Amino acid sequence: MKKENNHDDKYYHVWILVDYNLGVISSVTYELLGVGRYLADKLGVKLGAVGLGFNIENKTIDLIKYGADIVYIIDDKNYEKFNDEIYSESYFRLIEMYKPEIILIGATIYGRSMAPKIASMLNTGLTADCTGLDIDLETKNLIQIRPAFGGNLMATIICPYKRPQIATVRPKVMKAKKVDTSRKGKVIKPKINININSKLVIIDCVKTLSEVVNLSEAEVIVSVGRGIEKKENLILIEELAKVLGAAIGASRAVVDSGWIGYEHQIGQTGITVSPKLYIACGISGAVQHLIGMSSANKIVAINKDPEAEIFQIADIGIVGDINEFIPELIRIYKA
Amino acid sequence: METLRSDELNIIVCIKQVPDTSNVDINKETNTLIRNGIGSTINPFDVYAVEEGLKIKEKLGGNLTTISMGIKSAEKQLKETTALGVDNTVLLNDKLFAGSDTLATAYILSMGIKKLKTYDLIICGKQAIDGDTGHIGPSLAEKLNIPHLTCVKKIEEFNEKFLICQRMTENGYDVVKMYLPALITVVKDINKPRFPTLKGKMKARNSASTIWDAYDILANREKCGLIGSPTKVLTTYIPKRKSKVEFINGTPKEQAQKLLDKLRISKK
Ligand SMILES: Cc1cc2nc3c(=O)[nH]c(=O)nc-3n(C[C@H](O)[C@H](O)[C@H](O)COP(=O)(O)OP(=O)(O)OC[C@H]3O[C@@H](n4cnc5c(N)ncnc54)[C@H](O)[C@@H]3O)c2cc1C
Ligand SMILES: Nc1ncnc2c1ncn2[C@@H]1O[C@H](COP(=O)(O)O)[C@@H](O)[C@H]1O
Repeated sequence: MKKENNHDDKYYHVWILVDYNLGVISSVTYELLGVGRYLADKLGVKLGAVGLGFNIENKTIDLIKYGADIVYIIDDKNYEKFNDEIYSESYFRLIEMYKPEIILIGATIYGRSMAPKIASMLNTGLTADCTGLDIDLETKNLIQIRPAFGGNLMATIICPYKRPQIATVRPKVMKAKKVDTSRKGKVIKPKINININSKLVIIDCVKTLSEVVNLSEAEVIVSVGRGIEKKENLILIEELAKVLGAAIGASRAVVDSGWIGYEHQIGQTGITVSPKLYIACGISGAVQHLIGMSSANKIVAINKDPEAEIFQIADIGIVGDINEFIPELIRIYKA
Repeated sequence: METLRSDELNIIVCIKQVPDTSNVDINKETNTLIRNGIGSTINPFDVYAVEEGLKIKEKLGGNLTTISMGIKSAEKQLKETTALGVDNTVLLNDKLFAGSDTLATAYILSMGIKKLKTYDLIICGKQAIDGDTGHIGPSLAEKLNIPHLTCVKKIEEFNEKFLICQRMTENGYDVVKMYLPALITVVKDINKPRFPTLKGKMKARNSASTIWDAYDILANREKCGLIGSPTKVLTTYIPKRKSKVEFINGTPKEQAQKLLDKLRISKK
C-alpha cells in the first residue's frame, strides 16, 4: 500500500480521557497513561490527560506522576455524575479547541457509551477494545490491533485520512508506568460553554455489587459453572474468591439458573474480561464462554471431565471434583 | 411501506445478521473457530431488543419496525422478527454499503430511519458478536441528534414523553430519565425473549421486507461503504495460541499444593 500523509496536520499531541466514576479515577486511566506515554514519546509530542469531574482537582498530581505532561481539568458540579450527553458534548468541545491527534478512552461502560458518540460528532474513526497500539512513524498513523470474533481473529486497523484517531482500551490490557514523583507537568483549566439542559437526568447511581473488586478491573477472577451443581455450593466459590481477593465470574448456565446475578456473566452475551488469572471452576468451555475470557493472562481450569473443552485453552488443568478440590485449595492457601 | 404515522407510538429495533456461533467448533490444533457451513443468525443481543419492543407495544399499542443494513439474506432474520409480532421490516441493501465501518453503518441506518419519518424509541443490542464494538447505538443516536443510553437492563417507566431506565454499570446500575425520542441499547438481563407462534410463522412466510437502496434513502455515497469509512483494516491474522495445557495430577490435596506452588501465590 502506498503510504500517504494527507490527513489534517493541525492535529497534534496524544490525549487520554480520565475515566472518572463518582469521585474515583479508575485504574484504566493509569494504564492509558502508560501506553499514551509510549505513543507520545515515539511521536515526540506531549501527553495530555483530560478529565471532567467534581472535586477531582487534587487528583491531577497523580496523572502527572503516571506520565501526563499536561492535565486539562474541568471541575464542576455538572460533572459529578456521568451524564452521557454532557460528558460527550464537553469532550467534543475540548477536542475541537485543542485538536489532539490521538485520543485513548477506557472501554468501561461509560467510556464505551461516550466514545462512539464523540467519534460520530467528529465524523472520525474509532477502534474498539485495542489490545495493541503503536505508531507508524512514516505516516504518523496509529496502528491499532484488536480482536474480532471473540479473539479468534486479530485485525490491524488504521484511520489514515481523518483526525483525531480514537481508540478504546479495556481495563487490564495495558500496563501503567511506575509512579515517578519527580515528574513535572502543567495544569490547564479550560473554559467551555455547554448546554446543561440535557435530555438525560441521572436520578440515582446504585451500587449493588458487594465485592470489593469489580469484575472488569479484577486481577484475579474465580469463575463458576454449572459444575457447582447447586446454589448452596456457591459459598465455596465465594470463600475462594475472598481469600484470593478475587472477583466472581459465572457462566451463563449459572446465571440462567438464577444462582447468581447477570452482572457476573462472562462471555458473548455477558461481559469480556482480561484478568491476570482466571480460575474456571466446573465450566465446560463453550465457545460463547471462551469469547469472554480467553484473553486472560493465565487460565486455570478445574473440571471432572478430562475431555472438557475448557482444557483446550487452559494453561493449567486440574481434573477433579470442585467440591473436593476447592476446600483443599482454600485450606492450604490459608495455612 | 412508506413512512410511519406520527399519531401512534413508533418503535424501531435495529437488528444485525451475524455468523451463528452455536454452530462453531474449536479447531484443536490451532484453537480457532471453525464455522460449520454458512449459518447465520440474528445477533443474540438484538433478540432482547426485539422482545423489549414487543413488550412496550403490547402495553401501549403502536407500531414496531425492525431495520437492518446488510446483504439480501438478512431478510431471513427480519422475517423471524415478523414471526414474533413485528409489524414492518426494512432491509437497507446496496452494493455501496459493502465494507462500511461503524461510522458509515450508523450513517446509513440513520438515513433509513429518517425515511421512516417518525419514531419515539430506537432499540439496539449492546453489541454485535462479530465485531464486538457496541458503536452503532451511540453513533446512530448522534447522527439522529437524539439522546442515548447503553446497557439498559430495565425500563422502569415508559410514557409518551420520557422513559426511566436502569443502565448497568461496573458496580451496579444508574437510574436515568431520558426524554423521547431516544435510543437505548439493551443487555440480556432485560427480558426473556418469546418464541414465535405457529400463526406468527405463517404470517412471516407470506411477508416481505421493504428493501431500500442508497438512492431510496438519499444516502450520500461519499459517506457509505469503504469510501465513507474512516477506519481501514490493514491486515488480519489468526492469533498464536499459547502452548498446551499442563495437567496437575494427584490427590485433591496434592493438586491444590502444586497449583499454589505453580502460581507462586503466597499468603499476603
Ligand atoms: C447465543 C448464545 C449466547 C451465549 N452466551 C454465553 C455467555 O455469554 N456466557 C456463557 O458462559 N455462556 C453463554 N452461552 C451458553 C454456552 O453455550 C454454554 O451453554 C454455557 O457456557 C455452559 O455453562 P457451564 O459451562 O457452566 O455448564 P455446562 O456446559 O453444563 O458445564 C458444566 C461443567 O462442569 C463439569 N462438572 C460437573 N460437576 C463437576 C464437579 N463436581 N467438579 C468439577 N467439574 C464438574 C462438567 O464436566 C461440565 O464440563 C451462550 C449460548 C448461546 C446460544
Ligand atoms: N448492519 C446493521 N443493521 C442494523 N442494525 C445494526 C447493524 N449493525 C449493528 N446494528 C445494531 O447495533 C447494535 C450494536 O452493534 P455493533 O455496534 O456493531 O457492536 C446491534 O446489536 C444492532 O442492534
